[in-house]
Amino acid sequence: MSTKHLELQAEAPAKLVVERVSKWFRTPRAQVKALDDINLSIAEGEFVCLVGPSGCGKTTLLDIMAGLTKADEGRVLCDGDAVETPGRHRLVMFQEPALFPWLDAFGNVMFGLKRKPDLSDAERRDIADYHLRLVGLEKFKNAYVHELSGGMKQRVALARALAPDPQVLLMDEPFAALDAMTREQLYGDIQDIWHKRKKTIVFVTHDVREAACLGDRVFLMSPSPGRVREEFTVPLARSRDINSPELAAIAQRITLALRNHLVLSREAAE
Amino acid sequence: MRRVLVATVFFAVLLAIWQAATASGRWSPVLLPPPRAVAQYLWDAARDGSLLEATLVTVKRLLVGYVIGIVIGLPLGLIVSTSDYFEDTIGALALGLQTLPSVCWVPLALLWFGQTEFAMLFVVVMGTVWSVVLATNAGARNIPPIYAKAARTMGSRGPDTWIHVILPAALPYVVSGMKQGWAFAWRSLMAAEIFVTILTGFGLGQILQYGRELNAMDQVIGVMIVIVAIGLAADKLLFSPWERLLHRRWGTGLK
Repeated sequence: MSTKHLELQAEAPAKLVVERVSKWFRTPRAQVKALDDINLSIAEGEFVCLVGPSGCGKTTLLDIMAGLTKADEGRVLCDGDAVETPGRHRLVMFQEPALFPWLDAFGNVMFGLKRKPDLSDAERRDIADYHLRLVGLEKFKNAYVHELSGGMKQRVALARALAPDPQVLLMDEPFAALDAMTREQLYGDIQDIWHKRKKTIVFVTHDVREAACLGDRVFLMSPSPGRVREEFTVPLARSRDINSPELAAIAQRITLALRNHLVLSREAAE
Repeated sequence: MRRVLVATVFFAVLLAIWQAATASGRWSPVLLPPPRAVAQYLWDAARDGSLLEATLVTVKRLLVGYVIGIVIGLPLGLIVSTSDYFEDTIGALALGLQTLPSVCWVPLALLWFGQTEFAMLFVVVMGTVWSVVLATNAGARNIPPIYAKAARTMGSRGPDTWIHVILPAALPYVVSGMKQGWAFAWRSLMAAEIFVTILTGFGLGQILQYGRELNAMDQVIGVMIVIVAIGLAADKLLFSPWERLLHRRWGTGLK
Protein backbone atom coordinates (compact mmCIF):
# COMPACT_ATOMS: atom_id res chain seq x y z
CA MET A 1 0.00 0.00 0.00
CA SER A 2 2.67 2.47 1.05
CA THR A 3 4.99 1.61 -1.83
CA LYS A 4 2.24 2.09 -4.34
CA HIS A 5 1.48 5.43 -2.77
CA LEU A 6 5.09 6.46 -3.19
CA GLU A 7 5.10 5.41 -6.81
CA LEU A 8 2.09 7.53 -7.53
CA GLN A 9 3.74 10.52 -5.94
CA ALA A 10 6.91 10.07 -7.94
CA GLU A 11 5.07 10.48 -11.23
CA ALA A 12 4.33 13.93 -12.53
CA PRO A 13 0.60 14.71 -12.21
CA ALA A 14 -1.40 13.97 -15.33
CA LYS A 15 -2.40 17.17 -17.08
CA LEU A 16 -4.51 15.64 -19.78
CA VAL A 17 -6.21 12.26 -19.57
CA VAL A 18 -8.03 10.55 -22.40
CA GLU A 19 -10.33 7.86 -21.02
CA ARG A 20 -11.85 5.16 -23.21
CA VAL A 21 -12.65 7.57 -26.01
CA SER A 22 -14.49 6.21 -29.04
CA LYS A 23 -15.95 8.08 -31.98
CA TRP A 24 -17.98 7.01 -34.99
CA PHE A 25 -18.43 8.84 -38.24
CA ARG A 26 -21.75 8.33 -39.90
CA THR A 27 -21.79 8.55 -43.65
CA PRO A 28 -24.94 7.85 -45.68
CA ARG A 29 -23.55 4.43 -46.61
CA ALA A 30 -21.86 3.23 -43.49
CA GLN A 31 -20.74 3.83 -39.97
CA VAL A 32 -17.01 4.14 -39.60
CA LYS A 33 -15.33 3.78 -36.27
CA ALA A 34 -12.86 6.64 -36.32
CA LEU A 35 -11.52 6.15 -32.81
CA ASP A 36 -11.63 2.95 -30.81
CA ASP A 37 -11.11 2.96 -27.07
CA ILE A 38 -8.30 5.50 -26.83
CA ASN A 39 -6.54 5.82 -23.48
CA LEU A 40 -3.77 8.32 -22.89
CA SER A 41 -2.28 10.06 -19.92
CA ILE A 42 -0.14 13.09 -20.57
CA ALA A 43 1.93 14.66 -17.82
CA GLU A 44 2.22 18.34 -17.14
CA GLY A 45 4.99 19.90 -19.22
CA GLU A 46 5.26 16.87 -21.44
CA PHE A 47 5.71 17.03 -25.22
CA VAL A 48 3.72 14.20 -26.77
CA CYS A 49 3.39 13.33 -30.44
CA LEU A 50 0.55 11.39 -32.07
CA VAL A 51 1.80 9.89 -35.28
CA GLY A 52 -0.02 7.82 -37.87
CA PRO A 53 -1.12 7.70 -41.49
CA SER A 54 -4.04 9.79 -42.68
CA GLY A 55 -7.39 8.37 -41.59
CA CYS A 56 -6.12 7.07 -38.27
CA GLY A 57 -8.22 9.59 -36.38
CA LYS A 58 -5.39 11.63 -34.91
CA THR A 59 -6.92 14.97 -35.87
CA THR A 60 -10.30 13.86 -34.53
CA LEU A 61 -8.64 12.88 -31.27
CA LEU A 62 -7.00 16.30 -31.07
CA ASP A 63 -10.35 18.00 -31.77
CA ILE A 64 -11.90 16.01 -28.93
CA MET A 65 -9.09 17.07 -26.58
CA ALA A 66 -9.69 20.66 -27.69
CA GLY A 67 -13.42 20.33 -27.02
CA LEU A 68 -14.26 21.11 -30.65
CA THR A 69 -15.74 17.65 -31.22
CA LYS A 70 -17.60 15.43 -28.79
CA ALA A 71 -16.59 11.85 -28.17
CA ASP A 72 -19.35 9.25 -28.57
CA GLU A 73 -17.94 7.28 -25.67
CA GLY A 74 -15.45 8.07 -22.96
CA ARG A 75 -14.14 11.45 -21.91
CA VAL A 76 -11.16 13.76 -21.77
CA LEU A 77 -10.02 15.24 -18.48
CA CYS A 78 -7.92 18.36 -18.17
CA ASP A 79 -6.65 18.87 -14.63
CA GLY A 80 -9.29 16.39 -13.55
CA ASP A 81 -12.18 18.32 -15.12
CA ALA A 82 -14.11 16.88 -18.03
CA VAL A 83 -13.55 18.77 -21.31
CA GLU A 84 -16.91 19.79 -22.77
CA THR A 85 -16.22 22.91 -24.77
CA PRO A 86 -13.16 24.67 -26.18
CA GLY A 87 -11.35 26.75 -23.63
CA ARG A 88 -8.44 29.08 -23.71
CA HIS A 89 -6.41 26.81 -21.44
CA ARG A 90 -6.16 24.42 -24.36
CA LEU A 91 -5.29 26.38 -27.49
CA VAL A 92 -5.13 24.77 -30.89
CA MET A 93 -2.75 25.41 -33.75
CA PHE A 94 -4.15 24.15 -37.03
CA GLN A 95 -2.51 22.84 -40.16
CA GLU A 96 -3.54 25.97 -42.03
CA PRO A 97 -2.48 29.05 -40.11
CA ALA A 98 -6.17 30.08 -39.74
CA LEU A 99 -5.08 33.67 -39.24
CA PHE A 100 -7.73 36.33 -39.73
CA PRO A 101 -7.05 38.29 -42.93
CA TRP A 102 -8.90 41.38 -41.69
CA LEU A 103 -6.37 41.81 -38.86
CA ASP A 104 -2.65 42.43 -39.06
CA ALA A 105 -0.12 40.17 -37.29
CA PHE A 106 -0.43 42.13 -34.07
CA GLY A 107 -4.24 42.12 -34.24
CA ASN A 108 -4.22 38.36 -34.69
CA VAL A 109 -2.05 37.84 -31.62
CA MET A 110 -4.29 40.26 -29.71
CA PHE A 111 -7.47 38.32 -30.61
CA GLY A 112 -7.10 35.69 -27.92
CA LEU A 113 -5.73 38.19 -25.41
CA LYS A 114 -8.73 40.49 -25.83
CA ARG A 115 -10.96 37.60 -24.83
CA LYS A 116 -8.94 36.93 -21.71
CA PRO A 117 -10.32 38.83 -18.74
CA ASP A 118 -8.30 40.43 -15.93
CA LEU A 119 -5.78 42.05 -18.25
CA SER A 120 -5.42 45.76 -18.90
CA ASP A 121 -5.12 46.89 -22.49
CA ALA A 122 -1.51 47.93 -21.94
CA GLU A 123 -0.70 44.47 -20.55
CA ARG A 124 -2.32 42.85 -23.56
CA ARG A 125 -0.21 44.96 -25.91
CA ASP A 126 2.96 44.11 -24.01
CA ILE A 127 2.16 40.40 -24.09
CA ALA A 128 1.41 40.50 -27.81
CA ASP A 129 4.65 42.37 -28.51
CA TYR A 130 6.59 39.89 -26.39
CA HIS A 131 5.23 36.91 -28.31
CA LEU A 132 5.85 38.47 -31.70
CA ARG A 133 9.45 38.99 -30.55
CA LEU A 134 9.56 35.40 -29.32
CA VAL A 135 8.79 34.11 -32.82
CA GLY A 136 11.09 36.70 -34.39
CA LEU A 137 8.43 38.75 -36.15
CA GLU A 138 8.49 42.05 -34.26
CA LYS A 139 9.30 43.82 -37.53
CA PHE A 140 6.18 42.39 -39.16
CA LYS A 141 3.82 43.47 -36.42
CA ASN A 142 1.65 45.52 -38.78
CA ALA A 143 1.87 43.24 -41.81
CA TYR A 144 -1.34 41.73 -43.11
CA VAL A 145 -1.63 37.98 -43.45
CA HIS A 146 -1.20 37.89 -47.23
CA GLU A 147 2.05 39.80 -46.90
CA LEU A 148 3.62 37.01 -44.83
CA SER A 149 5.31 33.85 -46.12
CA GLY A 150 3.98 30.42 -45.13
CA GLY A 151 6.56 30.03 -42.38
CA MET A 152 5.90 33.52 -41.04
CA LYS A 153 2.16 32.83 -40.98
CA GLN A 154 2.70 29.73 -38.85
CA ARG A 155 4.97 31.75 -36.58
CA VAL A 156 2.21 34.31 -36.08
CA ALA A 157 -0.22 31.46 -35.44
CA LEU A 158 2.21 30.09 -32.85
CA ALA A 159 2.48 33.50 -31.19
CA ARG A 160 -1.31 33.79 -31.23
CA ALA A 161 -1.65 30.37 -29.59
CA LEU A 162 1.02 31.09 -26.95
CA ALA A 163 0.03 34.65 -26.05
CA PRO A 164 -3.02 33.85 -23.86
CA ASP A 165 -0.69 31.58 -21.87
CA PRO A 166 -2.56 28.30 -22.33
CA GLN A 167 -1.47 25.37 -20.20
CA VAL A 168 -1.93 22.97 -23.08
CA LEU A 169 -1.04 23.52 -26.71
CA LEU A 170 -2.68 21.22 -29.22
CA MET A 171 -0.93 21.24 -32.58
CA ASP A 172 -2.46 19.65 -35.66
CA GLU A 173 0.27 19.12 -38.27
CA PRO A 174 1.15 22.78 -38.03
CA PHE A 175 4.24 22.52 -40.22
CA ALA A 176 2.96 20.09 -42.86
CA ALA A 177 2.46 22.76 -45.50
CA LEU A 178 5.92 24.29 -45.10
CA ASP A 179 9.15 23.64 -46.98
CA ALA A 180 11.80 21.50 -45.29
CA MET A 181 14.13 24.36 -44.43
CA THR A 182 11.49 26.48 -42.77
CA ARG A 183 10.26 23.40 -40.96
CA GLU A 184 13.67 22.58 -39.50
CA GLN A 185 13.98 26.12 -38.24
CA LEU A 186 10.58 25.86 -36.60
CA TYR A 187 11.52 22.55 -34.93
CA GLY A 188 14.29 24.46 -33.19
CA ASP A 189 11.95 27.34 -32.32
CA ILE A 190 9.18 25.18 -30.91
CA GLN A 191 11.57 23.15 -28.73
CA ASP A 192 13.11 26.37 -27.51
CA ILE A 193 9.75 27.91 -26.68
CA TRP A 194 8.51 24.72 -25.07
CA HIS A 195 11.64 24.66 -22.91
CA LYS A 196 11.24 28.34 -21.92
CA ARG A 197 7.49 28.36 -21.32
CA LYS A 198 6.98 24.81 -20.04
CA LYS A 199 3.76 24.01 -21.83
CA THR A 200 2.11 20.65 -22.19
CA ILE A 201 2.11 20.01 -25.92
CA VAL A 202 0.21 17.42 -27.95
CA PHE A 203 1.52 17.42 -31.48
CA VAL A 204 -0.21 15.53 -34.29
CA THR A 205 1.76 14.58 -37.38
CA HIS A 206 2.07 11.95 -40.10
CA ASP A 207 5.81 12.51 -40.26
CA VAL A 208 7.57 9.92 -38.09
CA ARG A 209 10.86 11.82 -38.00
CA GLU A 210 9.10 14.97 -36.95
CA ALA A 211 7.44 13.04 -34.13
CA ALA A 212 10.74 11.54 -32.99
CA CYS A 213 12.40 14.94 -33.13
CA LEU A 214 9.80 16.73 -31.02
CA GLY A 215 8.19 14.21 -28.66
CA ASP A 216 9.19 13.02 -25.22
CA ARG A 217 6.83 10.21 -26.04
CA VAL A 218 5.43 9.18 -29.40
CA PHE A 219 2.10 7.38 -29.70
CA LEU A 220 1.70 5.35 -32.84
CA MET A 221 -1.82 5.24 -34.25
CA SER A 222 -3.23 3.13 -37.06
CA PRO A 223 -6.50 3.41 -38.95
CA SER A 224 -9.77 1.52 -39.34
CA PRO A 225 -10.57 1.70 -36.56
CA GLY A 226 -8.30 4.40 -35.17
CA ARG A 227 -6.32 2.96 -32.30
CA VAL A 228 -3.22 3.78 -30.34
CA ARG A 229 -0.99 0.79 -31.07
CA GLU A 230 2.31 1.49 -29.44
CA GLU A 231 4.13 3.97 -27.33
CA PHE A 232 7.75 4.99 -27.82
CA THR A 233 9.89 6.99 -25.47
CA VAL A 234 12.48 9.19 -27.11
CA PRO A 235 15.41 9.43 -24.68
CA LEU A 236 17.46 11.91 -26.71
CA ALA A 237 18.65 15.18 -25.21
CA ARG A 238 17.22 18.51 -26.32
CA SER A 239 17.50 20.46 -28.44
CA ARG A 240 17.36 17.68 -31.00
CA ASP A 241 18.57 17.85 -34.54
CA ILE A 242 16.21 16.11 -36.94
CA ASN A 243 19.17 14.99 -39.06
CA SER A 244 21.04 13.18 -36.28
CA PRO A 245 21.65 9.42 -36.75
CA GLU A 246 20.31 8.55 -33.27
CA LEU A 247 17.04 10.21 -34.15
CA ALA A 248 16.96 8.46 -37.51
CA ALA A 249 17.35 5.10 -35.74
CA ILE A 250 14.37 5.80 -33.50
CA ALA A 251 12.31 7.04 -36.44
CA GLN A 252 13.13 3.85 -38.26
CA ARG A 253 11.91 1.74 -35.36
CA ILE A 254 8.64 3.62 -35.33
CA THR A 255 8.28 3.36 -39.10
CA LEU A 256 8.81 -0.41 -38.99
CA ALA A 257 6.22 -0.77 -36.25
CA LEU A 258 3.80 1.36 -38.26
CA ARG A 259 4.29 -0.74 -41.37
CA ASN A 260 3.71 -3.86 -39.32
CA HIS A 261 0.41 -2.55 -37.96
CA LEU A 262 -0.76 -1.46 -41.38
CA VAL A 263 -0.12 -4.94 -42.79
CA LEU A 264 -1.91 -6.53 -39.84
CA SER A 265 -4.94 -4.29 -40.12
CA ARG A 266 -5.14 -4.88 -43.87
CA GLU A 267 -5.06 -8.63 -43.31
CA ALA A 268 -7.69 -8.30 -40.64
CA ALA A 269 -9.89 -6.42 -43.08
CA GLU A 270 -9.58 -9.12 -45.74
CA MET B 1 -1.22 62.13 -63.42
CA ARG B 2 -1.04 60.46 -66.79
CA ARG B 3 -4.25 58.57 -66.00
CA VAL B 4 -6.04 61.84 -65.21
CA LEU B 5 -4.80 63.21 -68.52
CA VAL B 6 -6.03 60.17 -70.46
CA ALA B 7 -9.45 60.38 -68.80
CA THR B 8 -9.68 64.12 -69.51
CA VAL B 9 -8.81 63.61 -73.18
CA PHE B 10 -11.36 60.80 -73.43
CA PHE B 11 -14.23 62.92 -72.16
CA ALA B 12 -13.10 65.93 -74.19
CA VAL B 13 -13.25 63.77 -77.33
CA LEU B 14 -16.76 62.59 -76.38
CA LEU B 15 -17.87 66.21 -76.00
CA ALA B 16 -16.26 67.13 -79.30
CA ILE B 17 -18.14 64.34 -81.11
CA TRP B 18 -21.39 65.51 -79.54
CA GLN B 19 -20.63 69.11 -80.58
CA ALA B 20 -19.75 68.05 -84.13
CA ALA B 21 -22.96 66.01 -84.39
CA THR B 22 -25.14 68.95 -83.42
CA ALA B 23 -23.17 71.36 -85.63
CA SER B 24 -23.67 69.11 -88.66
CA GLY B 25 -27.36 70.09 -88.70
CA ARG B 26 -28.51 66.55 -89.46
CA TRP B 27 -30.57 66.32 -86.31
CA SER B 28 -33.08 68.76 -84.97
CA PRO B 29 -31.70 70.78 -82.04
CA VAL B 30 -34.95 70.00 -80.25
CA LEU B 31 -33.99 66.33 -80.16
CA LEU B 32 -30.24 66.78 -79.87
CA PRO B 33 -29.35 70.08 -78.21
CA PRO B 34 -25.70 71.16 -78.37
CA PRO B 35 -23.52 70.70 -75.27
CA ARG B 36 -23.68 74.44 -74.68
CA ALA B 37 -27.48 74.39 -74.29
CA VAL B 38 -27.26 71.58 -71.73
CA ALA B 39 -24.52 73.42 -69.87
CA GLN B 40 -26.67 76.55 -69.95
CA TYR B 41 -29.61 74.62 -68.46
CA LEU B 42 -27.40 73.15 -65.73
CA TRP B 43 -25.98 76.58 -64.95
CA ASP B 44 -29.42 78.22 -64.75
CA ALA B 45 -30.98 75.39 -62.75
CA ALA B 46 -28.02 75.40 -60.38
CA ARG B 47 -28.30 79.18 -59.95
CA ASP B 48 -32.02 79.28 -59.22
CA GLY B 49 -31.57 76.39 -56.78
CA SER B 50 -34.11 74.05 -58.35
CA LEU B 51 -31.50 71.47 -59.31
CA LEU B 52 -29.85 71.50 -55.92
CA GLU B 53 -33.20 71.17 -54.20
CA ALA B 54 -34.23 68.22 -56.37
CA THR B 55 -30.85 66.58 -55.80
CA LEU B 56 -31.18 66.95 -52.05
CA VAL B 57 -34.70 65.50 -52.09
CA THR B 58 -33.56 62.52 -54.15
CA VAL B 59 -30.34 61.85 -52.24
CA LYS B 60 -32.18 62.04 -48.94
CA ARG B 61 -34.75 59.48 -50.06
CA LEU B 62 -32.00 57.28 -51.38
CA LEU B 63 -29.81 57.43 -48.28
CA VAL B 64 -32.62 56.92 -45.79
CA GLY B 65 -34.07 53.99 -47.76
CA TYR B 66 -30.65 52.52 -48.33
CA VAL B 67 -29.63 52.71 -44.68
CA ILE B 68 -32.94 51.12 -43.62
CA GLY B 69 -32.36 48.40 -46.21
CA ILE B 70 -28.92 47.63 -44.80
CA VAL B 71 -30.07 47.75 -41.18
CA ILE B 72 -32.72 45.15 -42.03
CA GLY B 73 -30.71 43.19 -44.60
CA LEU B 74 -27.44 42.61 -42.74
CA PRO B 75 -28.85 40.92 -39.63
CA LEU B 76 -31.45 39.09 -41.70
CA GLY B 77 -28.70 37.74 -43.95
CA LEU B 78 -26.71 36.59 -40.93
CA ILE B 79 -29.80 34.87 -39.52
CA VAL B 80 -30.50 33.13 -42.84
CA SER B 81 -26.93 31.82 -42.87
CA THR B 82 -27.40 30.02 -39.54
CA SER B 83 -29.82 27.37 -40.77
CA ASP B 84 -30.73 25.54 -43.94
CA TYR B 85 -34.39 25.97 -43.00
CA PHE B 86 -34.00 29.74 -43.10
CA GLU B 87 -32.15 29.41 -46.39
CA ASP B 88 -35.02 27.36 -47.89
CA THR B 89 -37.63 29.85 -46.67
CA ILE B 90 -36.38 33.40 -46.15
CA GLY B 91 -33.46 32.81 -48.51
CA ALA B 92 -35.75 31.59 -51.30
CA LEU B 93 -38.09 34.52 -50.71
CA ALA B 94 -35.15 36.95 -50.86
CA LEU B 95 -33.87 35.40 -54.07
CA GLY B 96 -37.30 35.62 -55.67
CA LEU B 97 -37.86 39.20 -54.65
CA GLN B 98 -34.36 40.21 -55.67
CA THR B 99 -35.01 39.03 -59.22
CA LEU B 100 -38.20 41.09 -59.24
CA PRO B 101 -37.27 44.44 -60.83
CA SER B 102 -37.85 46.86 -58.00
CA VAL B 103 -39.91 49.20 -60.17
CA CYS B 104 -42.57 46.49 -59.93
CA TRP B 105 -43.05 47.53 -56.31
CA VAL B 106 -44.26 50.96 -57.40
CA PRO B 107 -47.92 50.08 -58.14
CA LEU B 108 -48.19 48.20 -54.87
CA ALA B 109 -46.53 50.96 -52.89
CA LEU B 110 -48.89 53.53 -54.42
CA LEU B 111 -51.98 51.55 -53.56
CA TRP B 112 -50.78 50.77 -50.04
CA PHE B 113 -49.27 54.06 -49.05
CA GLY B 114 -50.65 56.56 -51.56
CA GLN B 115 -48.58 59.35 -53.04
CA THR B 116 -46.41 59.76 -49.96
CA GLU B 117 -42.74 59.81 -49.06
CA PHE B 118 -43.35 56.50 -47.40
CA ALA B 119 -44.21 54.91 -50.73
CA MET B 120 -40.90 56.15 -52.16
CA LEU B 121 -39.01 54.86 -49.16
CA PHE B 122 -40.72 51.51 -49.41
CA VAL B 123 -39.61 51.07 -53.02
CA VAL B 124 -36.02 51.97 -52.19
CA VAL B 125 -35.93 49.63 -49.20
CA MET B 126 -37.31 46.78 -51.31
CA GLY B 127 -34.64 47.51 -53.90
CA THR B 128 -31.86 47.35 -51.33
CA VAL B 129 -32.74 44.77 -48.76
CA TRP B 130 -32.80 41.52 -50.76
CA SER B 131 -29.40 42.02 -52.35
CA VAL B 132 -27.90 42.69 -48.94
CA VAL B 133 -29.63 39.63 -47.42
CA LEU B 134 -28.38 37.34 -50.18
CA ALA B 135 -24.83 38.70 -50.16
CA THR B 136 -24.51 38.54 -46.38
CA ASN B 137 -25.89 35.01 -46.33
CA ALA B 138 -23.51 33.92 -49.09
CA GLY B 139 -20.63 35.65 -47.33
CA ALA B 140 -21.29 34.06 -43.97
CA ARG B 141 -21.70 30.62 -45.55
CA ASN B 142 -18.46 30.88 -47.47
CA ILE B 143 -16.27 31.63 -44.50
CA PRO B 144 -13.65 28.94 -44.00
CA PRO B 145 -14.97 27.01 -40.96
CA ILE B 146 -11.48 27.11 -39.50
CA TYR B 147 -11.92 30.81 -38.63
CA ALA B 148 -14.86 30.10 -36.37
CA LYS B 149 -13.05 27.07 -34.95
CA ALA B 150 -9.93 29.08 -34.16
CA ALA B 151 -12.04 31.83 -32.59
CA ARG B 152 -13.88 29.32 -30.41
CA THR B 153 -10.67 27.87 -29.03
CA MET B 154 -9.56 31.41 -28.16
CA GLY B 155 -12.65 31.92 -26.04
CA SER B 156 -14.93 33.70 -28.51
CA ARG B 157 -18.63 32.83 -28.14
CA GLY B 158 -22.01 33.78 -29.59
CA PRO B 159 -22.40 37.47 -30.40
CA ASP B 160 -18.67 38.08 -30.01
CA THR B 161 -17.99 35.53 -32.77
CA TRP B 162 -20.65 37.07 -35.01
CA ILE B 163 -19.36 40.60 -34.65
CA HIS B 164 -15.61 39.97 -34.58
CA VAL B 165 -15.25 36.93 -36.83
CA ILE B 166 -18.22 36.10 -39.04
CA LEU B 167 -19.03 39.66 -40.10
CA PRO B 168 -15.48 40.79 -40.89
CA ALA B 169 -14.73 37.47 -42.61
CA ALA B 170 -17.84 37.94 -44.78
CA LEU B 171 -16.96 41.57 -45.50
CA PRO B 172 -15.83 41.07 -49.12
CA TYR B 173 -19.24 39.57 -49.91
CA VAL B 174 -21.11 42.08 -47.80
CA VAL B 175 -19.49 45.06 -49.52
CA SER B 176 -20.29 43.74 -52.99
CA GLY B 177 -23.84 43.05 -51.83
CA MET B 178 -24.12 46.58 -50.48
CA LYS B 179 -22.85 47.90 -53.79
CA GLN B 180 -25.43 45.91 -55.69
CA GLY B 181 -28.09 47.02 -53.22
CA TRP B 182 -27.07 50.62 -53.86
CA ALA B 183 -27.40 50.17 -57.62
CA PHE B 184 -30.86 48.62 -57.25
CA ALA B 185 -31.97 51.29 -54.80
CA TRP B 186 -30.83 54.04 -57.16
CA ARG B 187 -32.62 52.50 -60.14
CA SER B 188 -35.82 51.85 -58.25
CA LEU B 189 -35.91 55.35 -56.82
CA MET B 190 -35.50 56.93 -60.26
CA ALA B 191 -38.28 54.76 -61.65
CA ALA B 192 -40.53 55.65 -58.73
CA GLU B 193 -39.83 59.36 -59.09
CA ILE B 194 -40.59 59.29 -62.81
CA PHE B 195 -43.86 57.44 -62.29
CA VAL B 196 -45.10 59.13 -59.17
CA THR B 197 -45.57 62.77 -58.38
CA ILE B 198 -45.35 63.45 -54.71
CA LEU B 199 -46.18 66.86 -53.43
CA THR B 200 -43.79 66.68 -50.49
CA GLY B 201 -40.80 67.08 -52.76
CA PHE B 202 -39.70 67.02 -56.38
CA GLY B 203 -36.73 64.79 -56.99
CA LEU B 204 -34.46 64.45 -59.98
CA GLY B 205 -36.72 61.82 -61.54
CA GLN B 206 -39.62 64.24 -61.49
CA ILE B 207 -37.59 67.03 -63.11
CA LEU B 208 -36.53 64.55 -65.75
CA GLN B 209 -40.17 63.69 -66.41
CA TYR B 210 -41.12 67.40 -66.67
CA GLY B 211 -38.35 67.81 -69.19
CA ARG B 212 -40.04 65.18 -71.31
CA GLU B 213 -43.47 66.75 -70.92
CA LEU B 214 -42.10 70.16 -71.89
CA ASN B 215 -40.04 68.70 -74.73
CA ALA B 216 -37.03 70.32 -73.04
CA MET B 217 -34.27 68.03 -74.20
CA ASP B 218 -31.55 70.17 -72.62
CA GLN B 219 -33.25 69.58 -69.26
CA VAL B 220 -33.59 65.83 -69.89
CA ILE B 221 -29.94 65.41 -70.80
CA GLY B 222 -28.79 67.79 -68.06
CA VAL B 223 -30.63 65.85 -65.35
CA MET B 224 -29.35 62.55 -66.74
CA ILE B 225 -25.82 63.88 -66.42
CA VAL B 226 -26.49 64.83 -62.81
CA ILE B 227 -27.87 61.35 -62.11
CA VAL B 228 -24.78 59.72 -63.62
CA ALA B 229 -22.54 62.07 -61.64
CA ILE B 230 -24.25 61.15 -58.37
CA GLY B 231 -23.90 57.46 -59.15
CA LEU B 232 -20.20 57.89 -59.90
CA ALA B 233 -19.61 60.02 -56.82
CA ALA B 234 -21.39 57.47 -54.60
CA ASP B 235 -19.21 54.71 -55.97
CA LYS B 236 -16.02 56.69 -55.38
CA LEU B 237 -16.99 58.05 -51.96
CA LEU B 238 -18.98 55.20 -50.44
CA PHE B 239 -17.49 52.04 -51.86
CA SER B 240 -13.99 52.71 -53.12
CA PRO B 241 -12.55 53.22 -49.63
CA TRP B 242 -14.04 49.92 -48.48
CA GLU B 243 -12.79 48.10 -51.53
CA ARG B 244 -9.32 49.54 -51.10
CA LEU B 245 -9.32 48.42 -47.48
CA LEU B 246 -10.40 44.91 -48.45
CA HIS B 247 -7.79 44.68 -51.19
CA ARG B 248 -5.08 45.83 -48.83
CA ARG B 249 -5.98 43.38 -46.08
CA TRP B 250 -6.97 40.34 -48.11
CA GLY B 251 -4.26 40.93 -50.70
CA THR B 252 -6.77 40.68 -53.54
CA GLY B 253 -6.87 42.75 -56.70
CA LEU B 254 -3.21 43.70 -56.41
CA LYS B 255 -1.35 44.03 -59.65
